[in-house]
Amino acid sequence: MTIGGIDLVVLIASLMVASTPILLAAIGELIAEKSGVLNLGVEGMMIMGAICGFVAAVHSGSPVVGFFGGALGGTAMALLFAFLTQILLSNQVATGLALTLFGLGLSALIGQGYNGVRPPQTDNLNFGPLTQIPVLGPILFQHDWVVYLSLALVAGTWAVLRYSRVGLILRAVGENHDAAHALGYRVRTVRTLALMFGGACAGMGGAYISLVRVPQWSDGMTAGAGWIALAIVVFASWRPWRVLLGAYIFGGVTVLQLRLQAAGIAIPVQILSMAPYLITILVLVIMSARRGRAAIGAPASLGRIFHASS
Amino acid sequence: MKRRTFLANSAVAGTALATGLAGRAMAASDPLKVGFIYVGVPGDGGWTYQHNLAKQAVEKHYGDKVKTSVIENVPEGADAERALTQLALAGNKLIFATSFGFMDPTINVAKKFPKVNFEMCTGYKSAPNVSNYSGRFYEGRAVCGAIAGQMTKSNKIGYIASFPIPEVIRGINAAYINAKRVNPDAEIKVVWVYTWFDPAKEADAAQALINEGVDVLMQHTDSTAAMAVAKKAGIVAFGQDSDMSAFAPTPRISALIDNWTPYYIKRVGDMMNGSWKAENVWYGLKEGMVQVGEITDAVPAKVKAHALDLEAKIKAGTYHTFEGPLNKQDGSVWLKKGEVADDGALAGLNFYVEGIQGKIPS
Amino acid sequence: MLRLEKRAAPSRFWTVVTPILAVVATMLAGGLLFALLGKPPFEAIRVIFWEPLFGANTAYTLPQLLVKAGPLILIAVGLSLGFRAGIWNIGAEGQYIIGAICGAAVALAFYPAAHWYIFPLMVIAGGLGGWAWAMIPAILKNRFGTNEILVSLMLVYVAENILSWVSFGPLRNPQGYGFPGSRNLQNYPSAHNADLIPNSGLHWGVVTAFLAVIAAYVLLNRHRLGYQIRVAGQAPRAARFAGVSPQRLVSFCLGTSGALAGLAGLFEVAGPSGQLSPDFNTGYGFTAIIVAFLGRLHPVGILLAGFLMALTYIGGEMAQLSLNLPSAAIQAFQGMLLFFLLAFDVLSNYRIRAKENAK
Repeated sequence: MTIGGIDLVVLIASLMVASTPILLAAIGELIAEKSGVLNLGVEGMMIMGAICGFVAAVHSGSPVVGFFGGALGGTAMALLFAFLTQILLSNQVATGLALTLFGLGLSALIGQGYNGVRPPQTDNLNFGPLTQIPVLGPILFQHDWVVYLSLALVAGTWAVLRYSRVGLILRAVGENHDAAHALGYRVRTVRTLALMFGGACAGMGGAYISLVRVPQWSDGMTAGAGWIALAIVVFASWRPWRVLLGAYIFGGVTVLQLRLQAAGIAIPVQILSMAPYLITILVLVIMSARRGRAAIGAPASLGRIFHASS
Repeated sequence: MKRRTFLANSAVAGTALATGLAGRAMAASDPLKVGFIYVGVPGDGGWTYQHNLAKQAVEKHYGDKVKTSVIENVPEGADAERALTQLALAGNKLIFATSFGFMDPTINVAKKFPKVNFEMCTGYKSAPNVSNYSGRFYEGRAVCGAIAGQMTKSNKIGYIASFPIPEVIRGINAAYINAKRVNPDAEIKVVWVYTWFDPAKEADAAQALINEGVDVLMQHTDSTAAMAVAKKAGIVAFGQDSDMSAFAPTPRISALIDNWTPYYIKRVGDMMNGSWKAENVWYGLKEGMVQVGEITDAVPAKVKAHALDLEAKIKAGTYHTFEGPLNKQDGSVWLKKGEVADDGALAGLNFYVEGIQGKIPS
Repeated sequence: MLRLEKRAAPSRFWTVVTPILAVVATMLAGGLLFALLGKPPFEAIRVIFWEPLFGANTAYTLPQLLVKAGPLILIAVGLSLGFRAGIWNIGAEGQYIIGAICGAAVALAFYPAAHWYIFPLMVIAGGLGGWAWAMIPAILKNRFGTNEILVSLMLVYVAENILSWVSFGPLRNPQGYGFPGSRNLQNYPSAHNADLIPNSGLHWGVVTAFLAVIAAYVLLNRHRLGYQIRVAGQAPRAARFAGVSPQRLVSFCLGTSGALAGLAGLFEVAGPSGQLSPDFNTGYGFTAIIVAFLGRLHPVGILLAGFLMALTYIGGEMAQLSLNLPSAAIQAFQGMLLFFLLAFDVLSNYRIRAKENAK
């Protein structure tokens, strides 16, 4: 199946891989924001995940251990953020920005001596004959395990938010922390756990870049992926399946424009690169206009400091 | 935008007579202080890494006769001007500015510190105490292009390009012309990524090219991401900036290396014996500023021999890539038979030669 | 167990003392970091904090503090107005870029004519550009209730792409041998934002920053609008009853912060930076958010925070020079400083009490 000289099946298969880091980071950030915390430090958590995952994988020789290491690195950063914003009640926007600055610096320090080292390879899962199915084979059955994990996380997040008590509590805390507190929920604990989940996901996303996509360590290698993840959460209006869609669109636009170029089609690169952000703004406007003035789609307590005064 | 190359206009090359003498007054016991500013960090594994290797070589070569200092990760613009001034104030007598974007700040600072000498990598503005130096990377690219033309079975060579500037366009043309000369069916497919360093995007670009049927990959970006993709796809590729030998013997079959070491050692030596003067140099394979990395055994002996021969001819000056007859992409005549493009024309090169498909974005 | 009790008003004592505590704590933690890296900790701290202020080359480093702090202060003052009112413009980086593009475009349209009015026109264009870019989230918020945090952030990426486009396209220097980037405005006297006193670092952008600090102080303390801003932030519902129009506030706060960010961009491109290039923006717009919070959203605090931030940049470079500290260590050090400043702020807003009996 080709359109304009581009094989759609191949395109989809490769944009899935290209989008996995931002998908992981975005699904984590979604949970954090659902609980009412805006963590702008995704980039910092991702880059720490990238280096911690890399170091863990190189020393253990196992990419699986590497991804655990990445998740740990991201979680540690998230805990730092949680300590500052939940216990010491610092401003979330400023703390998030500081987290990114700190993460970029610290990761480069840890990474000294790892330039040029090659990590153990992450192989595709073997689905045997399923791989050979036309169209579906390459799209669904020729990836490494992290791609499937990211999809499972989307499904899991959706199910938890929608059907479970945990999801209910999370949403309650994010919508109105004072009411949730009055109902006896422990707002800070819930938020800290949500942040840790976000950090673990961002860390795995970073590790996916250093262990699978590139795979190598170089300073600042996430190159802004964390910021894109933030945009995706907004684009998705805080819904898991739309995060998947958003990540694949954001990742897909990059892959598509490169592929169009490779196929010899001239395209205005800058216009295509800014398109996802303009679309995100448009989505936001439509969403907020449709719901009326009171509800703006975002969790109502997003970014606000919670302090139990009673 | 980072570190673009550029060669001095030959017309301005003669301006530098006066101030070479700064180094002479120094007592023999004082170490010569040499400063560097980097646009990135040595950990980038590419552009800045190579400059840092040269810095280390200078330290090793001169021992305690030199003292080096570095400011790294300097954004271009006002911050660069401050970093350069700080280096000058700290007593550095020779300062290497290792990115194109440092050019205007370097000229400004050089005016304020007439007794300090500056080495501007890939710049084109001259001053009595500013030298410009850059490599004729297209010479190395020519050798790689010739290898690529013979290695490709699909007759499609992929090229990951950074920004549409003469330095990059020169490289694409050089690779294509030499591939075509050994393999008339060779085509080149170019993808512009608008970045020097974004590993994930470089990997995407490599994948896009591979899906288009490319089986030899060249790049003008800094990271090794494309190399990893090439390995997975089982095709071959060329290293860029640094040797990238971690990927030898395949996919990395050779590399285009920026080697600043001989130049840095020489210029520091010139300072020490008082013979430094402002120059504009554009060194190639002959002077060793550009190197072709070791050609691995994955390349057939015949192809390797041809490449080494080509390299030797370029060094000897008996072969020139941009020698006519060559037409522009639109079919109009660029160079007549036997005519060789002069450095001015190469410096501003902004078009493809005939046969390359696609447009240069503007 | 300890618990926090909110103070009715921030403690004046702690507001002054916490930044000092934070800096001291950063010195300790940073010293430890430097020691781990095998560098002399005391020397490193001394170089970062002392050298730029009292070292050998203060004739140069002190003016540079102005140059570096100027745009940070100018942007942060504007942002702080909105932040106080609960209006979150985090897209100052984009407004800074657009201001620079508009200002530079005016200059390049006149090039090479020499007129006294070119620079004033550039200033107007820069301010208007930033204002217009910030009014996009303002109008969307007023009209549709769209979240301004997210719209202003998205617009940063759009602005960056526009910057890349103009640097390669319409504003590219025709004599630049095909390299991206505009002509250097430093070489165009009618457009150059030069030091008012040579080598003082005091250019129009710094002057404007100081004026903005004074204006914001007067506005917040003496003017009805300033009162409305404070009320809107502290008690949004009460503000509405008091007749404060939320829409007017949104337009005012976003518009003003955008205009100031645009001005900062214009002064930078016409002065210290000189030219537009794809990497022209170096994160002032984001750093200014941190500066605004470090300054506790108070004009005078922001003034001091801007200088502190500038100090770590310049001192950090000196530490790289004299001690071979990697730039990554400086980045991590700056991150720590911010963490401590943000963390200790809790003391000015809350009282720490021992919990009598946990319920």
